[in-house]
Amino acid sequence: MIAGEPIDPRTFVVEERLAGVSRIVGVAGSKGGVGRSVVASTLALALADQGKRVGLFDLDFTSPSDHVVLGVERGFPDEEFGIDPHVVHGIHMVSVAFFAGDTAVPLRGDAATGALLELLAITRWGDLDVLVLDMPPGLGDTNLDIVQLLPRLEFLLVGNGSRVVIDSVRRALQLYTKLDVSMIGVLENMHRGNEHAIGSLANTFGVPFVGSVPYDQNLEDALGDVGLLRTSDVYGAVRDIL
Amino acid sequence: MHELALADSVLKAALSAADDDGMDRIDRIVVKIGELQQIKQELFEFSLTTVLPAQDARLAGVEFDISEEPVRFRCRSCGTDYGREEAGIDSGGDQGEAIHFIPELSHAFARCPSCGSPDFDIRAGRGITLVRIEGSSEDDRR
Repeated sequence: MIAGEPIDPRTFVVEERLAGVSRIVGVAGSKGGVGRSVVASTLALALADQGKRVGLFDLDFTSPSDHVVLGVERGFPDEEFGIDPHVVHGIHMVSVAFFAGDTAVPLRGDAATGALLELLAITRWGDLDVLVLDMPPGLGDTNLDIVQLLPRLEFLLVGNGSRVVIDSVRRALQLYTKLDVSMIGVLENMHRGNEHAIGSLANTFGVPFVGSVPYDQNLEDALGDVGLLRTSDVYGAVRDIL
Repeated sequence: MHELALADSVLKAALSAADDDGMDRIDRIVVKIGELQQIKQELFEFSLTTVLPAQDARLAGVEFDISEEPVRFRCRSCGTDYGREEAGIDSGGDQGEAIHFIPELSHAFARCPSCGSPDFDIRAGRGITLVRIEGSSEDDRR
């Protein structure tokens, strides 16, 4: 008896590689520039500070930046029966930047899917309370792949009060509710003024509005400095969000 | 030695395929290894033949047919078809190491030998493929 069409074997171990992870939280932004990576990295930092076992996986393969937010030096991960995440500030981190350095990584959709599957198949996350996924912006291949591959995924959607962002958040909420993705809620970043239009939008979809981070003109100084990051408004807004 | 993790994925996929086809014994697993990933074939084979099969009785006595597939790139800018050496990848250094872990990182380092573009498709020889399995069920053996 002969079985089968050629098979990509990597999908068969994804679930097993994440078996020791209690929660998988995707920090998503329907549009670039809303502060998704800052929120994802700061959330991981805040959870680690609380003594939680935390992983941070930067899935923005073409523009990784979590290592910049957290001030992490690059370098190849250790390899032992797979790859072991870097452990920095108590966070278990994986980023394409650790492999590619400063070099541009132009990936079309199928190549991004390939990179995602490879890293999911070979990374040994071990036992974690939370794995934070820093999703790429938009509703493209990697976001859809993650939804398909990780049924336990919960999304935290980051947006702000700009009309162009709210329009894209509406589209994202339409998609993710249709796909039955579990939603932690919508977080408003860079808030100015008195209105919380994004909160009203979240409510119309039955999704919790989980907080608002004031616009912080000093945040840039905190990037790469976890001491300053711990004093930032975003740290205060995300530390109790889960 | 992430070859062990990759070998594990091959066996998990093979066992799943065996389940789908009602096999309770797998006699042969045919695997293709893409040249691009520069898998250490002896480590990969050692993992397949020695370390992992003890995990499942259906793999007792299984044989492996492992072959390497040359990598072929096709430039999306000018259409040139080329191989690993022409792509200018520094195989011995960090570039080779990065591609070993994540073959798609060839997009960071490989360039079309004709026009220099980093925009290409990997048409063959990317990573590991389970080509097919051969085996039997109890009914087959009666």
